[in-house]
Amino acid sequence: MNAIDITNVHKHYGSLHVLRGLTLSIPKGECVILLGANGCGKSTLMRCINGLAPHDQGDIRIFNESLSQLSKPRLRTLRQKVGVVFQQFNLVQNVSVFQNVLYGALGQQRLGLLSTLSCTASQTLRERAMKSLDRVGLAHKALASCRELSGGQQQRVAIARTLMQDAHIIIADEPIASLDPKAGREIMDLLLEVVSERGLTVLCTLHQLELAQQYGDRIVGMKAGTVVLDTPREAAALSDMQALYQGDTRVEQTPSSSTTRQPLKAI
Amino acid sequence: MPSKLPPTASLPPRFRRPSLFVWGISLGFLALFIQGVMATNVTLERLIRGATNLGHFIGRAFPPDLSNLDVLAWSMYETLNIAIVGVTLGVILSVPFALLAARNTSPAPWVRSITRLMIATMRTIPDLIWALIFVVAVGLGPMAGVLAIVMDTIGFAARFFSERIEEVHPGPSDALTATGAGRLSVIGGAILPETLASMTATSLYSVEKALRSAVTLGLVGAGGIGVELAAAMRLFNYDRALTIILVILVVVIGFEQLSSQIRKRVI
Repeated sequence: MNAIDITNVHKHYGSLHVLRGLTLSIPKGECVILLGANGCGKSTLMRCINGLAPHDQGDIRIFNESLSQLSKPRLRTLRQKVGVVFQQFNLVQNVSVFQNVLYGALGQQRLGLLSTLSCTASQTLRERAMKSLDRVGLAHKALASCRELSGGQQQRVAIARTLMQDAHIIIADEPIASLDPKAGREIMDLLLEVVSERGLTVLCTLHQLELAQQYGDRIVGMKAGTVVLDTPREAAALSDMQALYQGDTRVEQTPSSSTTRQPLKAI
Repeated sequence: MPSKLPPTASLPPRFRRPSLFVWGISLGFLALFIQGVMATNVTLERLIRGATNLGHFIGRAFPPDLSNLDVLAWSMYETLNIAIVGVTLGVILSVPFALLAARNTSPAPWVRSITRLMIATMRTIPDLIWALIFVVAVGLGPMAGVLAIVMDTIGFAARFFSERIEEVHPGPSDALTATGAGRLSVIGGAILPETLASMTATSLYSVEKALRSAVTLGLVGAGGIGVELAAAMRLFNYDRALTIILVILVVVIGFEQLSSQIRKRVI
């Protein structure tokens, strides 16, 4: 079964045609590295996959459930299965590291925030959070404030949050772009370890081609809103990957030719 | 001319001619100011006469009348009560108002417009007018004062809270939404913690502001030490009035010191 099925998806931001008939399928348990220049639509694709930004046309299916037909509560249930790791970590400042990990369970609890605060959470939840934090090697920082952590440590907390979420798919949007090379490699190692332990499906964007050659099962390249490269990692040629960054890569540089702009479909 | 400049670049001028708009506003303001000075009868002769009267007042106010200090202390205490109760209720009510008025947390644009209008109304009507209205509604005494402070605090605090909420970085909210959390959980888990420090500072300033207005509210019969001050002035007991003013000064300065200490620890 495929974890993610994207069929002919279009997405506009105002008059900007960002995703242009994008099609991509990711089988369950596969780790896909997504490459592409800045502004080619990678982040938009990521946001569409878990419904943070609704797409205009086409179909996105997560475990065979179509995103566009879901009611809000169903969409929230589906989002629980899709953990997101952001480039900017996106931890909540002013609360403890432990609380940030507990937030991962927000979607599972019927009372939401009321049953995931560190003072009200159940014993099992608190233990799970501590286990997740221990898995990323930061159990000793549970009570620290997020400000005291380095970038790499913050990204570890963010990974612990997705572990807490018990996601089946992990979407990582340039998870190491704001880290130094050593911390970045450590984060990638950790992410891939965790993923293989749990048999998760991964879609991860990267900018470092040499890392792309070392991680993951398959390499997908995007250019100006469409997929232009899709090969198993072993077969990927460096020149093909480099070509992704040449020429008209950005969606605003290339007017959309193949499709005319359709009115927004209400979702 | 320095010869290094390329022929196409010229130095920007030191001064630029003000636009017609700036001229219009400046001239209009100047005309209004001159007309105002004439209309309000600000003359040197009256200023000198005023200074002499002030001298008489100060002469009769010294030495301050220190009898019945306990009565003054109690009415000062009542003023403090009005301020604390009014601000506490006002700040608590400000949070939902602010959430409804902020662009990123408001459920719908029309809700936002209505809430903003309500907040603006509460802010535009001065506290003294609110006190007059509530004296009519609930009768003379501290309750009218409390209600007036509540209105004044919401008008002020809800606006600052909502502006702060709009400035909150969207990343952490996205991260919590991506875990499948509901809207209220995202607001409580990501948005409120990030705004807490600034809200505390605003609330402390509200107390200082309310303490000052609670004093003047007494002048229209809304309880507290202002009642004593109004009575003393009307009966020409300037020595007693001076005592009251000194008491107010000590309490207000004392509270400002206290709140700056708290602020230092919070931020």
